[in-house]
Amino acid sequence: MSVRINNKSCNLCGICIDICPGNLLLKKEDKVVIRAPEECWDCAACVKECPTQAIELYLPSEIGGRGATLRAKKEGNERIWACKNPAGEINEYRIKIK
Amino acid sequence: MEKELDIEIIKKETDLLIIGGGAAGIFAAVKAKEMKPECEVTIMEKSNIKWSGCLAAGINAINAYITPDETPESFLEYVKNDNNGVVRDDLVYTIAQQLNQVTEEVERWGLPIKKDENDNYLARSRRSIEINGDEFKPILANRVEEEDVEILNRVVATNYLVENGEVYGAFGFSIRENRFYVIRAKAVICATGGASGIYKPNNEGGAKHKTWYPPFNAGAGYAMGVRAGAEMTSFEMRFIALRVKDVIAPTGTLALGADANQINAYGENYLKDYDRITTPIRLQATLRENKLGRGPCYLDVSHLDEEGCEGLRKKFLNMSPSIVLQWADREVEPNEEPIEITGSEPYIVGGHGQAGYWIGVDRSTTLKGLYAAGDVAGGAPKKYVTGAFVEGKIAVENALKLIKERSEKKVDERFIWQEFQRVYEPLQQPGILKPQELEIRLQKVMDEYAGGISSGYQVNRKKLLIAKKRLKQIEADVERLKVENLHQLMAAHEVVDRILIAKVVVAHLLHRKETRWPVYQANLDFPEQNNQEWFKFVNSVYDSKREKVLIKERKCHDLEEVGVQYECAY
Repeated sequence: MSVRINNKSCNLCGICIDICPGNLLLKKEDKVVIRAPEECWDCAACVKECPTQAIELYLPSEIGGRGATLRAKKEGNERIWACKNPAGEINEYRIKIK
Repeated sequence: MEKELDIEIIKKETDLLIIGGGAAGIFAAVKAKEMKPECEVTIMEKSNIKWSGCLAAGINAINAYITPDETPESFLEYVKNDNNGVVRDDLVYTIAQQLNQVTEEVERWGLPIKKDENDNYLARSRRSIEINGDEFKPILANRVEEEDVEILNRVVATNYLVENGEVYGAFGFSIRENRFYVIRAKAVICATGGASGIYKPNNEGGAKHKTWYPPFNAGAGYAMGVRAGAEMTSFEMRFIALRVKDVIAPTGTLALGADANQINAYGENYLKDYDRITTPIRLQATLRENKLGRGPCYLDVSHLDEEGCEGLRKKFLNMSPSIVLQWADREVEPNEEPIEITGSEPYIVGGHGQAGYWIGVDRSTTLKGLYAAGDVAGGAPKKYVTGAFVEGKIAVENALKLIKERSEKKVDERFIWQEFQRVYEPLQQPGILKPQELEIRLQKVMDEYAGGISSGYQVNRKKLLIAKKRLKQIEADVERLKVENLHQLMAAHEVVDRILIAKVVVAHLLHRKETRWPVYQANLDFPEQNNQEWFKFVNSVYDSKREKVLIKERKCHDLEEVGVQYECAY
């Protein structure tokens, strides 16, 4: 499992580095990078915490990943997940979290 | 070495040290401050308490709750039946008594619990209620941050401070700063969680950490206890989860949350022929269907309508988002294809299984000054998150009593120096081995000779003796470990701890001459039932000097015999 960081949207706030349970994210040459993608558990804590939705979750090819991604943002008492399939279609799911 | 590495040694004193800021640890810390506000409490956490531990990805149900159809007595009966009679009745019962109280408490802390039309908690089964647990961990973290509790994030615990068999604190090192911690405490609660990564995982390469249990829970709490000579129980009972293939998503969400039937490749509900369906039998039956050529097996949610599919996706997003990606990648709706299921690799964990510290009903371990709660505490399977809260609470109630009577202890400087050297050695020694290389070797041995996935989870004496021999060699290679930074240093200590836990697992598996925990502990040399060999606990104490696991047996008692008086283990 792993996450991908879009360095164009990333504002280098460092929240993801602070909270990653596996200590896997770090700043390197003014970019946030994942030190070992295969070490990621897929908990999505960084995906949920990223204030600019710069982090997305994807399935690695070892378990059949074809490019679908998940991003998340918080709005009021809800988490809004955006799931993009390999054809580029996006579906949104709203979940009460508070 | 200290000078060369430029490591600062931080010495601290506290009343209560809690190792591990997960469900049990946070609940214990909050309770300590509520019961005794002047008590100094420190949490040592290898990650960041906001999203660490088993709750990092969220959960969508509380699986240990007494609904109006249940009682603490019937809960105990259920847990005992599911585990074929061998559980610690006193521990399970004392958990059951307070499950609802702690659930209501975390609801007050902000956890959204779903309600039915009468405003009662929405039951998912007789012992389970539905929640919106996406932010469960941040809710717990926010609550403990309201209290005056010192939280040491990113500090990896390495060993207890022990003198004459009593625990007086713990050592740890920071993975973000050049700091080595020596924390003296009047009482210590170990709440670190169980151990993953002992066995070869389901997936490889880029998906190797797509596991049920957090890959970051490497069993430090177990290993520290083993090294300190604490008595451990039931390490032969590995927990193996029935999960969705590849993405290892939870099956309870499908079976209980979406009324899915377990079907084989021919669409037959293969559980209907079983008189007794327990958690391990659901798994055993699945393995059997595959063996008989009737696999793959599935959970069938084809009955769900559009709204049902949407609801199912949301439940998984609350807990295990990867299955939603799997549906997207396959370009199918959840009801279009049955969902293939498989057994996970074995884990050592006291929250689902019952491997862990041998504790008294007061949650004291056999080492005075040390208590255990949650996944690291043995004897009480199926405690889950709410059970971990209850154990944290009971541990604190008793630790606070001990704090009152215990004076501070000076630490011998030699012990500090010894542990400092042990901790930082992989940065210094002229080795060549990476922690990951040793981990792969460990997992291969355990998989092939100690009942991993490739051996159908089964063991026999001949294979276990090979595992024992190979583990000795792996252990000897620890001195060849070489790391370059503090993150890798953590990985080095994780593999050291995992090797020790594996040794204990093999010793326990060799000793249990019966087979009644289906799949979790299946010894092909002893397939027949034998009550004399079954109704007892296999415990062990490690002799660090001789590097030997010494097995001791303990009797199995019914609740009526032992009652629920707060009895100490030491």
